[in-house]
Amino acid sequence: MEYLLLLISTTLVNNIVLVKFLGLCPLMGVSGKLSSAWGMSLATTFVLTLSALLSWLIEHWLLQPLNIEFLRILSFILIIAAVVQFTEISMRKLSPLLHQSLGIFLPLITTNCAVLGVALLNINEHHDLPQSLMFGLGSALGFMIVMVMFAGMRERLEGANVPELFTGTPISLISAGSLSLVFMGFSGMF
Amino acid sequence: MLIATLVLTLMGLVLGTLLALAARYMAVEDDNPMTGEIEDLLPGSQCGQCGFPGCGPAAEAIANREADVTCCPPGGRALAETLAKMMDIDLSTLGDAAEPQLAVIDETLCTGCTRCFKICPTDAIVGASKQMHVVVNEACTGCEQCMEACPEDCISMTTEEMDLTRWHWHKPEAA
Repeated sequence: MEYLLLLISTTLVNNIVLVKFLGLCPLMGVSGKLSSAWGMSLATTFVLTLSALLSWLIEHWLLQPLNIEFLRILSFILIIAAVVQFTEISMRKLSPLLHQSLGIFLPLITTNCAVLGVALLNINEHHDLPQSLMFGLGSALGFMIVMVMFAGMRERLEGANVPELFTGTPISLISAGSLSLVFMGFSGMF
Repeated sequence: MLIATLVLTLMGLVLGTLLALAARYMAVEDDNPMTGEIEDLLPGSQCGQCGFPGCGPAAEAIANREADVTCCPPGGRALAETLAKMMDIDLSTLGDAAEPQLAVIDETLCTGCTRCFKICPTDAIVGASKQMHVVVNEACTGCEQCMEACPEDCISMTTEEMDLTRWHWHKPEAA
């Protein structure tokens, strides 16, 4: 029950993108088409969950026993970069089509601040291993929900009669803002 | 300090080894082993005159016989002949290869703005600021990128003059 609560609260209430405002670059960059938003969020889900797990292990089994917590950011980035690279290699093997459409964006997950943010928040909030796994998975699900919703919105905006002044990025930013406003409505649920 | 260095080095080594292993076991073999060979032969300036995004996709299309061996204008006749020999195609069934094009700078109009040689993918244009620029024929692939960059419209495309290395018999005229 506790884990379910954590999952729901990180997915909706403390949504990583729209409430904590992490990982905004893929939200703007890859949300033009629904299909690429799906692919990007699936890849990010994999990377986020795995790196949350691995960074917890690194922190508690390596950095803390040796008293070298100052290496936290550096070693987390190393882990994330390795996981992203692994994702790219395996995606190229298992799903060449997805690899072709996501090719440019995959390495960008490395610099997605949500991934590093989740790893660091896990340490800050003193989560234990299952909790940080749930936290990573929940954040990733939240990221996916927002990406897919936002991509759907932008696809509809393509055909909408937007005033000329607001076409393109302005209307996307405005709709991202109102989507964030909607997610603020979840706060106080738990 | 020493421990920190050691730990980071160790982590780098372990992750690097794991990635190398993953790359070996998950390696994707190209559908067509010829693709790599053909890509090596193509000019590699990614000019896009063949209609593909770059030389890589073009090589793939040629290897899969979706594109003609004559599709690369910068490569010209010499490339088409090499490719035809490699893929066992009779070149005479394909019609004329597009003549390789060369950029020519009109000296009277050039202001020495350096824009064309900054954009040239093969460094085929030489010159200096406020000095007239000139095209090195051996390096030019005729990709036309300099034409768009030139503010004076002083670059045009011509076909290369015939010499012994490029000469070939004309096709017999249809009776």
